[in-house]
Amino acid sequence: MIRIEGLVKHYGEVKAVRGINFEVRDGEILGFLGANGAGKSTTLKIMTSFLTPTAGNVFVNDLNILDHSLEIRRQIGYLPELNPLYTDMRVYDLLEFVAKIRDITGKSFKQSMARVVEQCGLEGVVHKQVSDLSKGYKQRVGLATAIIHDPKILILDEPVTGLDPNQIVEIRELIKELGREKMVVISSHILQEIEVTVDRIVIIHNGSLVADGTRDELMAGFLGKTQLTLEIKNASEDSIGKLGSELENVAVVRTEPVHGNYVVVMEYDKHDDPRETIFNLAKSENWVLLEISPKKTQLEDIFRTLTRKEAAHA
Amino acid sequence: MRNVKTIYLRELKFFFNSPMAYIFLVIFSLINGYFFTNTFFLINQSDLRSLFGIVPVVFLFIIPAVTMGLIAWEKNSGTIELISTLPVKDTHFVLGKYLAGLTLIMVGLAFSLVHFITLIVVGTNIDLGAVICGYFGIVLLAAFYSAIGTFASSLTENQVVAFIIGIAFVITFYLLDKVLIFVPNTMSGIFQYISVEYHLSNIARGVVDSRNIIYFGSMIWLFLTLTTRVVEIRKWR
Repeated sequence: MIRIEGLVKHYGEVKAVRGINFEVRDGEILGFLGANGAGKSTTLKIMTSFLTPTAGNVFVNDLNILDHSLEIRRQIGYLPELNPLYTDMRVYDLLEFVAKIRDITGKSFKQSMARVVEQCGLEGVVHKQVSDLSKGYKQRVGLATAIIHDPKILILDEPVTGLDPNQIVEIRELIKELGREKMVVISSHILQEIEVTVDRIVIIHNGSLVADGTRDELMAGFLGKTQLTLEIKNASEDSIGKLGSELENVAVVRTEPVHGNYVVVMEYDKHDDPRETIFNLAKSENWVLLEISPKKTQLEDIFRTLTRKEAAHA
Repeated sequence: MRNVKTIYLRELKFFFNSPMAYIFLVIFSLINGYFFTNTFFLINQSDLRSLFGIVPVVFLFIIPAVTMGLIAWEKNSGTIELISTLPVKDTHFVLGKYLAGLTLIMVGLAFSLVHFITLIVVGTNIDLGAVICGYFGIVLLAAFYSAIGTFASSLTENQVVAFIIGIAFVITFYLLDKVLIFVPNTMSGIFQYISVEYHLSNIARGVVDSRNIIYFGSMIWLFLTLTTRVVEIRKWR
């Protein structure tokens, strides 16, 4: 288990992380979300001992990062955001180098090598130089270096950013497979990239935690409002006002005439579905309902609301 | 300690897989060869003194050039993040890098043994002790300058800047001995002890004093420790 306690990181005047707390449980795939510059990478860099926190601490299986950095680094596999690799080396040599540093040699190296080559689909490129590989393959090699020691904990910083859609699907599948037996922390600034992969989501904005929960928990917490869009023909300005007065517990957001019709947008709680009343009203007023479309809150909306709201505060 | 070896071997491979090492070896040998053979037959003496005179000067530029990339390049390319999130102690990382740089210089120095062979073939009455002491001093000097160069390389992510810082440091240590007349008497002893030339000339004369060994040993230790600290500080920024 990873426990992050009151983590703070300042770069000179810049407060990149302002005291965040959360936990990652064993066997869980955690999505770590935030806009660019929200402090995701900084947090991950502290978790992997690349940076030291200004205040607070990170506990990995009850070892803290300040006193047991080396021990923690042994347990973690990390793929940095920019995926820095020794490009002058061949893939085989690079993996051998990382394996040696992790004390994997001889027979167990051969086994590990065979495993990562298969898992990351490196069959054709093992003897190529890293600098000659495409971005997608480099990413796989980076992932291979991160899992060569079969770590219990895997930390991936924006692993799919910059890949083409097919590669994204491949890497996503691979992460899902790895996540069956490992704890995986995967960061992204694009929700859809990881929405389907992760068990739980933590959202940070401007260095602070703004949400923490499973996909359903986040949705439930936000499922206050459903938005309904109507397009109505044959309505007069007077009669259209009845929508606001007749419907209880429904807030009309805006009403505007479009090409002789009226477009009305309203919001309601999920328990106060007004569609039946609207239909009856339309019948009695002789309106023609051209459109009646509810829009459910998407996770994306939550993400955008959270990261925008906080921006206004800052 | 195994990690030191792993990092050391990787770095050596990096040197010899790029033109860098060969350019260095050729230039180093050419300069040595030119200055040595130019006067060798004129002086008509069976010693390598002219070689041991020129090598320390060549080192002033060559060693910072060899070592400038050791750590700066890792910072520049971002691979420092790869290596420092692996279970490697900073000390081992620095040591592996340092030894790789030093090895390349030793290989260059080994090429100069060809002059020694010339000496054996054409010379008479060779003072073997002087030659061995001369080489011993040069090796210590290379080890010292490489430590300085490694330190300079850790200070920046720009190799050219590392090169210039390295040269500034080694030239300072080299010249301290030459500016003694401008230094107040009370200070001159200290300046002299810090300067490289003082210790080097002792060894070159065949006097291998423990003071000289301690000087080089502690200077190497000092600069490698400083390098490790600089590498650590990066995390706190």
